[in-house]
Amino acid sequence: MANTTHEAAETATEAVGHAAEAAGHAAESAGMPQLDFATFPNQIFWLVVALIVIYFILSRIALPRIGGILADRQGTITNDIAAAEELKLKAEEAEKAYNQALVDARAEANKIIAEARAAIQEDLDAATAKADAEIAAKAAESAKRIEEIRAHAVENVAEVAKSAAAEIVAAFGGKADASAVTAAVDTRLKG
Amino acid sequence: MATEAQSEGLAFHPMDQFIVKPLFGGETVGMMTPTNVTLWMALTILAITGLFVFGTRGRAIIPSRIQSIAELAYGFIHKMVEDVAGKDALKFFPYIFTLFCFIVFSNFLGLLPKAFTTTSHIAVTAVMAIAVFLTVTIVGFVKNGAGFLGLFWVSSAPLPLRPILALIEVISYFVRPVSHSIRLAGNMMAGHAVIKVFAAFAPLILISGIGVAVTPLSIIAITAMYGLEILVAFIQAYVFTILTCVYLKDALHPHH
Repeated sequence: MANTTHEAAETATEAVGHAAEAAGHAAESAGMPQLDFATFPNQIFWLVVALIVIYFILSRIALPRIGGILADRQGTITNDIAAAEELKLKAEEAEKAYNQALVDARAEANKIIAEARAAIQEDLDAATAKADAEIAAKAAESAKRIEEIRAHAVENVAEVAKSAAAEIVAAFGGKADASAVTAAVDTRLKG
Repeated sequence: MATEAQSEGLAFHPMDQFIVKPLFGGETVGMMTPTNVTLWMALTILAITGLFVFGTRGRAIIPSRIQSIAELAYGFIHKMVEDVAGKDALKFFPYIFTLFCFIVFSNFLGLLPKAFTTTSHIAVTAVMAIAVFLTVTIVGFVKNGAGFLGLFWVSSAPLPLRPILALIEVISYFVRPVSHSIRLAGNMMAGHAVIKVFAAFAPLILISGIGVAVTPLSIIAITAMYGLEILVAFIQAYVFTILTCVYLKDALHPHH
């Protein structure tokens, strides 16, 4: 234990000694190397050389190139945005045209439907009228025939009545005067 | 290993990482000697070239990952200059972007282990800050003539106060490059030095029993500091750049 302490103490002394030595060394080279004025011309010379070289590399090659790249990119982006805007307008136009076409087509369809309906109505009216006419004609014909049949029937009845009256008169032994019978029957029929 | 560490003790050299050394041996650092400054600035240039030149060589409308980072950085600074300093400041954009790139890449490269952080040196940041100061001052006078002095004459303040305010404004104007440069260098230096100090405690476990507690703590501290430094590396570059924009705005539109 004592040994270790002794050793540590020794090391510490040694370290202090070295530090002092280092300080002495540093003092020799004017403390901070930054303040060693003998090296200033060297540093300044090389600094100026370096700065001039960097300046020329940057201003002649690098900066115009990077500036160009950035300008190109900006141009490309602007163009792309303009193109996109244009395409958008075109798309809007196309949509408008499409909608217009849709509206037109719908109107056309309505028109065709109306026309077709009108045509059908016309045909229907014509057909109805024709059918009505036919029916009327047929009814008139039927009425006429009924009238004929009826007249015929009356005639027949008169005929039968006349002949029957003549027979009856004959049966009673009389001699039927044809014209008197006819007149009598006609009178009865009318009565 | 243990004996070696013991014989050396704890090595506290937190500032050694900032020493400017010649790359190929030798002791003297002349003006044009290739040093570690040269190396790390060259790496900065390489990294910038890699990102902004090779990263964007595809020129793709839909960017690759690297290209989008480059574009992001461009857009970030471009917007900052435009928003803070106005549209007419955009012709200074390459200049400001150069400063931003240099600082941000130096800061991040400096975070690599064994790296040398060029932006931790006051010599480097001061040159940039003075360059900004001179640019802004010259631009201010060229654009506005004597009207630029209106920057110091606060016309919205009561008349008796104006001379005093003008004095304060002039002082603060000349302090700008100092704070501008020391803020960046100080932040970078302090963070790196603190990491180094914690790192010096890490091998304590090889030396003494107390290291059992200290070593894990110091490793955790290094990790935490490193995370903080990543934040600081970006924020300081951002601050330097946005202050440059603010100063530029004053030069272009000096009226409050």
